[in-house]
Amino acid sequence: MSRDQLERRALRVLRPVVIGLLVLAAAFPFYYMLMLSFRSLGGVLANPGALWPNLDELNFTTYIDVLKSQSDGGQGFLRFIRNSGLVALGTVAITLFVAIPGAYAVSRLEFFGRRQIGALFLSVYFFPAILLAIPLFVFFTRVGLRGSLVALLIVYVAQVAAVSIYMLRNYFDTIPASLEEAAAVDGCTRLQAMRKVSLPLALPAIASNALFIFMIAWNEFLFALLFLVERRDNWTVSLGLAQLSGSIEVPTTVLMAGSVILTLPIIVMFFLSEKWLAGGLTAGAEKG
Amino acid sequence: MSVGHGAPAVERPAPQTRRRPRSARVKEDRRAGYLLISPTFIIVFVMVVLPILWTFSLAFQNVRLLNLRQTGLLGDYSLDNFRAVITADGFVEALTVTLTYSVLGTAGAIGFGLLAALALRKPFRGRGLVRSVLLLPYVAPVVACAFVWSTLLNPQFGLVNYWGTELNLWERPIAFLSESTPVSLFGLVDLPITTALATVIAFEAWRSFPFAFLFITARLEGMPGALEEAATVDGATPTQQFRHIILPQLMPTIAVLTVLRFIWTFNNFDDIYLLTGGAAGTQVVTVRVFNYLIARGNIGQAAALAIVLAAILAVLVFVYLKLFGRKEEVA
Repeated sequence: MSRDQLERRALRVLRPVVIGLLVLAAAFPFYYMLMLSFRSLGGVLANPGALWPNLDELNFTTYIDVLKSQSDGGQGFLRFIRNSGLVALGTVAITLFVAIPGAYAVSRLEFFGRRQIGALFLSVYFFPAILLAIPLFVFFTRVGLRGSLVALLIVYVAQVAAVSIYMLRNYFDTIPASLEEAAAVDGCTRLQAMRKVSLPLALPAIASNALFIFMIAWNEFLFALLFLVERRDNWTVSLGLAQLSGSIEVPTTVLMAGSVILTLPIIVMFFLSEKWLAGGLTAGAEKG
Repeated sequence: MSVGHGAPAVERPAPQTRRRPRSARVKEDRRAGYLLISPTFIIVFVMVVLPILWTFSLAFQNVRLLNLRQTGLLGDYSLDNFRAVITADGFVEALTVTLTYSVLGTAGAIGFGLLAALALRKPFRGRGLVRSVLLLPYVAPVVACAFVWSTLLNPQFGLVNYWGTELNLWERPIAFLSESTPVSLFGLVDLPITTALATVIAFEAWRSFPFAFLFITARLEGMPGALEEAATVDGATPTQQFRHIILPQLMPTIAVLTVLRFIWTFNNFDDIYLLTGGAAGTQVVTVRVFNYLIARGNIGQAAALAIVLAAILAVLVFVYLKLFGRKEEVA
């Protein structure tokens, strides 16, 4: 057998093996998370190696425990979900509100410093977040806003606005300027042309950008830890899970239910955004 | 972040409208431009640029959480904080750990990303789903990932230790996240890495390989197939084709990935804080900064150490670009 045949035959066997192992490595921890969230702690301790749960062992009390408020003997995750949701949605709304006009300006309008501004915004991302965290921590402590969700919201907007502008600008660049020029001939002002022509065309990009921002804000940990740690009623889901996983009192299976609650919205959104993003890109290509 | 760094901004010709009142149009555009960009500019300037500058001011002053209210912009500036953090116990070790973590974490992420991209190159049924599944570690919340990993690796009831001892892969349960014994290579050489550090490196590779996978897949799809077909006709084997045709074309992408992943891993705080808290030989500089800030309440020293971290990173990236940046352009 020649070297070529040997290699091809080996690859034919290896390829599915590699793919299988990668899928296993990527997905198994999430499967384990889901499985443990439906088991009882006693069951896990008695049989830690189980690869699937016993049917008679299955129960949903972990979810009730983790969601119930602290005063009812639970862990208060319902409250954390509300906090995370408020901060994430607020971040999306405010970021889009400032970033859409900004991206449009950087893409379309000639003004002094237009080219430099993108570089300035992006260069900020190469500073460690912890460096930025120090002065913000000091600042919000001094103005007495540390511990409030509003402070966190402002910081998140500042963190994602630049990337958001960068993503949206790339999309605006693909929309032909001639469309707006036609609108201008018809008597539209710049802002009208932007609102009525380019913005509707950019909707798929804006939607996927919104999901992207939501995911970042929902997943964020460092600033939530620094700002909110002393205010349990303001904890986000990420922070709540991290803080409670350090204590021995809360059963691991209950916290696994918390992990599922933290992860599930992101996974759902991720699959949605993949679909939308793909749709958006092809739609743009047809129109371009 | 995946879109945060693509090709450098394309220089587009200025929109030319050949209409009469040109200067009026230009003036209107300029005014609208400033108007539209200013909200973002103000937020980023006030919440990002000013704070970074302020960090420098804090780093040169004796600021603590306790005397925070008394310190202003103008205080007693000195280099004491820098002197203190650089000569402190464990600084050099933290730096070594950070470098080891960043280099091996980056290499691991890119290596597995490359492997995944190559394995998924040929279409097959269900490839789209497999791709999405492989991206899960990257999109899932870091807190949940770290919690599942630490449960999986738990010495008492973790699945990994159960099967590891059951199948005689190792004798006693291993405390993967708190053991500071060095990792030995086939029982022969002790590597300068603790078990816990190896585990957090594996975690970093696991969480970041999808990012490399995405980048490399995009590049592979843009590659013309003609070269490989010609090589097949000439009798090049698959590994020869990879070595001489595919890899050279991927090098620029891998170079960009290396810089990005290295920067992000170097600056990473969440993963190690959540997995080990910096114990058992995993204390990276960012975790140290956090400890200065929160545990000791020494804001000045925390700021100084953060600046040292950023400066070291800047030097490393600069050297890398000097060494490899030119070559890539020629290639």
